[in-house]
Amino acid sequence: MPDYDTLRLIWWLILGALLIGFALTDGFDLGVGAIFRFVGRSDEERRALLESIEPVWEGNQVWFVLAGGATFAAWPRLYAASFSGLYLAMFVLLVALILRPVAFNFRNKRADRGWRELWDWALCVAGTVPALLFGVAFGNLFCGIPYQFDALARPVYGGGFFNLLSPFALLAGLVSLAMLVMHGASYAALKTGEPMAARAARVARVSALVYLTLFVLAGLWLAFALVGQRIAPGSPDSLARSVTLASGAWLDNYRAHPRLWLVPIAALAGAAANWGLLGARRPLAAFLLSGLTVAATILSAGIALFPFLLPSSSHPQDGLTVWNAASSQKTLFIMLVTVAIFLPLVLAYTTWVFRTLRGRITLEELHGHGDQY
Amino acid sequence: MVDLAVVQVSRLQFALTALYHFLFVPLTLGLSMILVIMEAVYVMTGREIWKRMTRFWGLLFGINFAMGVATGITMEFQFGTNWAYYSHYVGDIFGAPLAIEGLMAFFLEATFVGLFFFGWGRLSKVGHLVVTGLVALGSNLSALWILIANAWMQNPVGATFNYQTMRMELVSFRALLLNPVAQAKFVHTVAAGYVVGSVFVLAISAWYLLQERNRAFARRSMAVAASFGLACALSVVVLGDESGYEASENQRMKVAAIEAEWHTEPAPAAFTAFGFPDLEAHRTRDEVKIPWLLGLIATRSVDKPVPGIFELVARARERVKSGIEAYAALQTLRANPDNAAARERFEQHQGDLGYGLLLLREGDPLRAGPAQIERAAWSTVPDVLTLFWCFRIMVGLGLYFIVLFAIAFYLSARHRFERNRWFLKLAFWSLPLPWLAAELGWVVAEYGRQPWAVDGLLPTFLGVSVTPLSNVWFSLTGFVIFYSALAAVDVYLMVRTVRQGPEGLGYWPPAAGHPTEKPPSPGAALTS
Repeated sequence: MPDYDTLRLIWWLILGALLIGFALTDGFDLGVGAIFRFVGRSDEERRALLESIEPVWEGNQVWFVLAGGATFAAWPRLYAASFSGLYLAMFVLLVALILRPVAFNFRNKRADRGWRELWDWALCVAGTVPALLFGVAFGNLFCGIPYQFDALARPVYGGGFFNLLSPFALLAGLVSLAMLVMHGASYAALKTGEPMAARAARVARVSALVYLTLFVLAGLWLAFALVGQRIAPGSPDSLARSVTLASGAWLDNYRAHPRLWLVPIAALAGAAANWGLLGARRPLAAFLLSGLTVAATILSAGIALFPFLLPSSSHPQDGLTVWNAASSQKTLFIMLVTVAIFLPLVLAYTTWVFRTLRGRITLEELHGHGDQY
Repeated sequence: MVDLAVVQVSRLQFALTALYHFLFVPLTLGLSMILVIMEAVYVMTGREIWKRMTRFWGLLFGINFAMGVATGITMEFQFGTNWAYYSHYVGDIFGAPLAIEGLMAFFLEATFVGLFFFGWGRLSKVGHLVVTGLVALGSNLSALWILIANAWMQNPVGATFNYQTMRMELVSFRALLLNPVAQAKFVHTVAAGYVVGSVFVLAISAWYLLQERNRAFARRSMAVAASFGLACALSVVVLGDESGYEASENQRMKVAAIEAEWHTEPAPAAFTAFGFPDLEAHRTRDEVKIPWLLGLIATRSVDKPVPGIFELVARARERVKSGIEAYAALQTLRANPDNAAARERFEQHQGDLGYGLLLLREGDPLRAGPAQIERAAWSTVPDVLTLFWCFRIMVGLGLYFIVLFAIAFYLSARHRFERNRWFLKLAFWSLPLPWLAAELGWVVAEYGRQPWAVDGLLPTFLGVSVTPLSNVWFSLTGFVIFYSALAAVDVYLMVRTVRQGPEGLGYWPPAAGHPTEKPPSPGAALTS
């Protein structure tokens, strides 16, 4: 069995990998959901856009469910403190995530306009709200969340719902929304026929520019304004560790290891290349590079926060880190073995399914078969 | 210490959302298997009608599946939002099967379900059958891991308390997997799901025959439902949930409550088939007893007594007292981890710590007097009246399904459905019954687990999140409104699809001029 520190580090990487897996796959579903009403002008065009994601979104969403389950198993204190602290935000997210499967399934069951408009709006909300909320959640990690642990080790949250909507958190939400719209629109440019593909490419290019601006802005905010947290050297995981607050502290890891700057640079380069490649009508390369941006953005945030998982703004010494929020060594090891066996299997059959479904969904193809939920 | 109002509302929310989720899960389990059977017949015989049956029932499967997936997300998150202390206290063990469920089962099911619907033109016959099979496999594995997690709450094996982290930690993964309660629950629950799917197909097909529509389609569907359903209905009853009964104290208490068995039944224990439990007098009036049966059900033997409620409460009383010792030692250890005497005392009593925690409902366990201890001991008895009746209705329904499917099987073998309209009506009106049985089964298992979230370790009231009551009311109200609206749309779409039927939707018979292979897009009536 690997030692406890190594296991905790590996599990931090796995959690990151699951979030990236989610953002790479379900991220484009959310992005398409957010824009398909505007990119598709007739019912047929919208159907083609939706059909590009209908066969795969369900599997893609499991990345999120699995990230939740893995947090429960590997980081139970994080799972308990974050989900109960962010109670109302979680409820809003849940409603959006529940709306999505039913809207996909129910939409095509009736042909009349009112019915389809209803579910199209539902899909639009169910795509936009989670895309925004995930960013807001990440933003709040940087701001810290007001919570502490009581004598029985129960997490006690000391803020309200609107505390979560601070300016920096909202900015992070917009970064996430722009990023996933770029990713989703690039996917639609790759997977649908004309005229949807050309319109989607235009949406993607605009979002790429918005993303570039907002991501740089968020970086500057972190560097010069936002108060970050750092753990005093020599006290990584003891209960008596001391946490200090300082403006710009979230960039400590980058200062200590300048090579890490390559990660946020990759995020920016990916979005810029996406803009250029869509202009040059190379949708596959553009989609892959928007994927690079998605992965690098999440990794940038993770590196900045490390070793924090859920900093506490009201009781910084209670904040959860990689070192104090994990499961026991045994559980981490058993779960690592399970992941090592099953995750490659998941990747293999997911790839096979995507390959089976390759090709664009054109308007002609829509008439050729009656496949639907 | 603990806001009991938050506990009540959180429990109500968990029960409602779980019962609601469990309306869709059994049908997914059952229909996925029936789809595999139908498609296998298609692949083996090459008869087009079996493919169309798979697609038509698949359409209803899809509506139900979407609801199951949607409401399942709530269940996974609710542990964190509403039961934060529970999540912290047992996440080291309980989280593992939930995560493995996602990794091994839900991924499989959700990734291939898209190909089930959109892969008809892209895959070979056998290839598509394999996809359908993987969806069914994923659903069943999903049930397996969820029930391993649930069984641990009923019979927490392979774990120990760590006073430094203040939580339960995993000792033996093997014990968690091979929990006897998990095995019993899995077989029973999955078979119950198959019965739900079979009654669903049987009832709707019967309705078509009554309407004299889709005959070829309905007769074949009924034949599948009758044979599959009969096998499963027998399994549900024979492989009942009680087989894991001896595993833990709470399981014993649950059986005693189900039986309203106030005093220990000496071997061979008799089963109370009927009676009126009197909660005030602690006795059951007008009992009708069947000799030997309880001993056979509960202990699988005729020579072991089955302990009654009074005896189990007496044992609980002793454990509460020992639990106070454990709690006191824990407090000392929390303040001073190096206190060797306290550690020894804790190790001696830690098995009863949960019983000590029961006292937290009324205040500090260290100041509990005999009256509090007595109340805590009696609080280990679940709601006798509810369990007594729910169990009897559930078992009655289980026996009814055996008869229903046996008749269906006979009529199917003799090709006599159409001449027995009484049976078709009976089958149609039986449609809601398997859901009733499944929900009652959930009530017996989970309401019967009270007052424990995890048997003997963590009282339910302590597992709750520290969150304002207004939050929980808000989410509960939101769920009730939102779920009711979804239920209305779901039922509307199901009824509409069934009414349109295979012929109305273009599934069967195939349009003239397109004999078998290339039909004019089935389902066209839906989408155009």
